[in-house]
Amino acid sequence: MAARIQLPGEARRGEVIRVGILIQHPMETGYRLEVDGRKVPKNVIRSFACRYNGVEVFRAEMSPGIAANPFLQFHTVALDSGELEFSWVDDAGARGSAREAIKVG
Amino acid sequence: MRRRSFLIALSGLAFGARAADPLLDPVTKGAPVTRGRVKLEMPLLADNGNSVSMRVSVESPMSEADHVRAIHLISERNPEARMASFHLGPRAGSAEITSRVRLAGSQRVVALAEMSDGSFWMDSANVVVTLSACVDELGG
Repeated sequence: MAARIQLPGEARRGEVIRVGILIQHPMETGYRLEVDGRKVPKNVIRSFACRYNGVEVFRAEMSPGIAANPFLQFHTVALDSGELEFSWVDDAGARGSAREAIKVG
Repeated sequence: MRRRSFLIALSGLAFGARAADPLLDPVTKGAPVTRGRVKLEMPLLADNGNSVSMRVSVESPMSEADHVRAIHLISERNPEARMASFHLGPRAGSAEITSRVRLAGSQRVVALAEMSDGSFWMDSANVVVTLSACVDELGG
């Protein structure tokens, strides 16, 4: 599960920064059929979390109501230099993660 | 006796419908919901229900004492009414979230914000979907 992250590389201390993530995932609704008529099992990213230097700053619980290749954009206050860690898990139990460094001056 | 219990049940039903929204009850547990402070932005017309842009923002200082605890997105017609729940806190700085949703047909979408003081605020958007996300394939 590849992901693309949008994050300013540098920020002022106390600045509210915008964080974006696009995760490659089909978000199968469970209503789609294969060519041979078999039902494609439901498989969506159920939970997603973003930790800033180990502290959770954002969490999302999702359903098939979120479009395929989920895109999420949220905010966080730039406190210290360090790392933002993103992690998610889908219905099939597959886990994904990504991390991005941030420099706070 | 049977008729009386039926009438009681009926009046309860009528009262319940007036007092709360069955769509929001699973989240609010019957707590009052006020319209305002929340802004849900979605297109009026979506060509394709598989991917509809959505932006929700809540007016809040996002301080330790007064912040948005969660924002819930609720659909009127999707098979799963709770589309997503976003959990935030004072570390978010700003209660604004952008994403893309799936809509199984034209409907009203509700954004429900849960504040740190326990109060609920909401906004809704009506979206007309020309081609809905495929849920009809299996007959509903």
